[in-house]
Amino acid sequence: MSEQKTTILTDAEPLPGASQQSDRPSALKRFLGGSAGRNLGLVIALLVLIIIGTVTAGDRFADINNVLTIIRYASIVGVISIGMTFVITTGGIDLSVGSVMGLATVVASLSAVQLASAQFSWLLMIVIALLVGAAAGFVNGMIIAYGRVVAFMATLAMLVGARGLAELISGRRTQIVANNEFLDIVRANVLGVPVLIWIFAVVAIAGWFLLNRTTFGRRTVAIGGNAEASRLAGINVKRHLVYVYTLSGLTAGIAAVMMLGRTTAGTSTHGTLVELDVIAAVVVGGTLLSGGRGTIVGTVLGVLIFATLINVFTQNNLDTSVQAIAKGLIIVVAVLLQQRFATRGPSSGRK
Amino acid sequence: MIDDDHALLLDVRGMTKSFAGVHALKGVDLTVRAGEVHCVLGQNGAGKSTLIKTLSGVHQPDGGEILWQGQPVTISDPQSALDLGIATMYQELDVVDGLTIAENIFLGHELSRAGVLRVGDANRRTRELLTRLGHGDIPPSTEVGRLSAATKQIVSMARALSRDAKLIIMDEPSAVLDSGEVENLFRVIRELTSSGIAVVYISHRLEEIRQIGDRISVIKDGRSTASGLAVSETPTRDLIRLMTGRDVENVFPDAVPVPSNAPILLEVSYLNLRGSFSDVNFTVRAGEVVGLAGLVGSGRSEILETIYGARKATSGTVAVQGRTLASGSVRAAVAAGMGFSPEERKSQGLILDEPIFKNVTLSTFARFARGGVLNERAERNAAREQIAALELRPDDPDRPARTLSGGNQQKILLARWLVHGTRVLLLDEPTRGVDVGARAEIYALIRRLAAEGTAIVVVSSEIEEVLGLADRVLVIGDGDVLATRNAGDIDESDVLDLVMKGSAA
Repeated sequence: MSEQKTTILTDAEPLPGASQQSDRPSALKRFLGGSAGRNLGLVIALLVLIIIGTVTAGDRFADINNVLTIIRYASIVGVISIGMTFVITTGGIDLSVGSVMGLATVVASLSAVQLASAQFSWLLMIVIALLVGAAAGFVNGMIIAYGRVVAFMATLAMLVGARGLAELISGRRTQIVANNEFLDIVRANVLGVPVLIWIFAVVAIAGWFLLNRTTFGRRTVAIGGNAEASRLAGINVKRHLVYVYTLSGLTAGIAAVMMLGRTTAGTSTHGTLVELDVIAAVVVGGTLLSGGRGTIVGTVLGVLIFATLINVFTQNNLDTSVQAIAKGLIIVVAVLLQQRFATRGPSSGRK
Repeated sequence: MIDDDHALLLDVRGMTKSFAGVHALKGVDLTVRAGEVHCVLGQNGAGKSTLIKTLSGVHQPDGGEILWQGQPVTISDPQSALDLGIATMYQELDVVDGLTIAENIFLGHELSRAGVLRVGDANRRTRELLTRLGHGDIPPSTEVGRLSAATKQIVSMARALSRDAKLIIMDEPSAVLDSGEVENLFRVIRELTSSGIAVVYISHRLEEIRQIGDRISVIKDGRSTASGLAVSETPTRDLIRLMTGRDVENVFPDAVPVPSNAPILLEVSYLNLRGSFSDVNFTVRAGEVVGLAGLVGSGRSEILETIYGARKATSGTVAVQGRTLASGSVRAAVAAGMGFSPEERKSQGLILDEPIFKNVTLSTFARFARGGVLNERAERNAAREQIAALELRPDDPDRPARTLSGGNQQKILLARWLVHGTRVLLLDEPTRGVDVGARAEIYALIRRLAAEGTAIVVVSSEIEEVLGLADRVLVIGDGDVLATRNAGDIDESDVLDLVMKGSAA
């Protein structure tokens, strides 16, 4: 292919001072609509929650251990939210993450129990959990991309199916993880910070890099922005969707490992309704449900906002029902604000 | 023969309409008399759709007057258009598939008593309306989703009659019909007009207008170029001139003769796509521009998309520089050095909310990356080079593609394939939605790329554009290559003759 053509064309005379079009939004609106502005809004929301927490619960809330509790609580949902951010950025949805996580805890803990006498390595248990998650995601992706099933339905089927499979395999019994080596590592602190939080941090940073700095991330955004244009530009859209759903399943697998460590048990009820918390965090964070725009920083902030909210309520001994109402309100307000500041206008076509 | 004896129904004077600074209508006149079929003719983007939508209350005109039966009126929404007696049949028929025929016809003005639907009455009146349209045999309780496009049109017309429409606007009704169905449609239209209903018939098929039209108005670039000409007294040649009306020589750059020893870059052999086209054969040499001319629905776009691998050929091969491509694989085509600019630029070509540079490098960003890590600085620089070379405006690579004009969006697509180093470029409607001034620029770019050794295939619904750009022209009709000629040996009326003969055969 001739690179030469590009160079010939640059010999053309330079542009006469091209005029800026006047339809630019005001600087303030552009800032608020830009990613920095959106994240700033989330930071402010988080600060408000922190102030409310400090005022109402004082020392109990502002205590370093409480802060770590908040983030530790957030980390499992957080890891799945990173995978979900990719899925939603493509314009898809993955409803199955909660039950896939449950299934992964069951399969991994069961293998551990069955092979305990044979010097079962805890590393193998982790690998099994990750494989179960990734495999479920792969199946989702194949059905969505090649079977052309709407993501909502395909992953809803997986939600139901994986939960059922987990119940069948476990016989609805809870498997206790007795491997002390594993528990010691997952429940340890490194530099004073729990390993669960480290895992969340590493996954979030890796996710940010993957989405913003790699060809994988570019394809993800491009497909969500316009799948047909991406296909006609030569991007293998179907294969990429399989990768993205596999990634989402993989994060559910990572979350399963964290769950096994935190609760020391594998059970088919792990992760029930987690998908809703995850989707709420991602959307509140600023990732568009319609696809084409995703933000890992926003997702992390969204996760922290919900975790802090729950903590504030718990510290004040408020009913969980009130918590749920507050969560609902936050989701609605966040989405309303997003639409207000969204830079994308109605399609400006002539017809 | 329609003359002044027929009551003047609709009189539109100097209508203007602009969207976000783009003038879609710059002064359109239209007079419609009761009982006539008034054809409105214009190229894509001339403003026909905007005119219809203004008359049906979807858009509000910025200026001009609408007189309805002699009285000035404002059509503020679709309901007030219906109240006046103006009904519109859109190309994408606005019937609800899940409802029955009767339910569709009375949608929005359901027959009811105390909130309870009078299903029997609705069915009976539906049967009357269908009978009036010559389709009394269709049961009113049939679900519309199970009907053919032609029958859906009948339903749409029955709905217009149920509203006591005096004027029915039909937006390219024949586009979705086969020739037998078109005959039937014309029969129904004649029945309507004989009872005094006026029909505004939008089309760009000249032969249909000859068959059904009484009078004709022509719009070009948002302006009336003719209003109320008698169809029988206006030669086709005049209509085409009124429709396109440009000075051909000034717009199209001179073609550079292609040396006969120039290498063949694209070879299409016995390419077939069932239901679309059959046995398409042609070659394109380096530096050559080949045009596909034909009417909408002739299979021209499908041929281009199949060559590119966006559709999987039923049989036949496509070879680039002698190497046969895997059928139905866009990736294989792109890897072999093929580029494609699709017909629907916004929905098929661009990611509108992404910046210019990411749109330019959509096919090549992986090439700038190292180990999967993007190099946006290199991408921006490559985009900047093309922005300068193609005089793309605005010249800021970070501006979202959405904010650009049609011509500049087209340049993004050209830039994309230039960065890729494309040797074979397929262009489907490269100037659709591009204003006249920017068209000349696009034409010059296409010729320049050819002069640099690119093999180019152009499809356009504007025959003049194909003839002006191409070195060689393939005339397509009903999925067949009817003729292959050098561009200099054929003119627009030859093409139309060939197409009409081809479709008659």
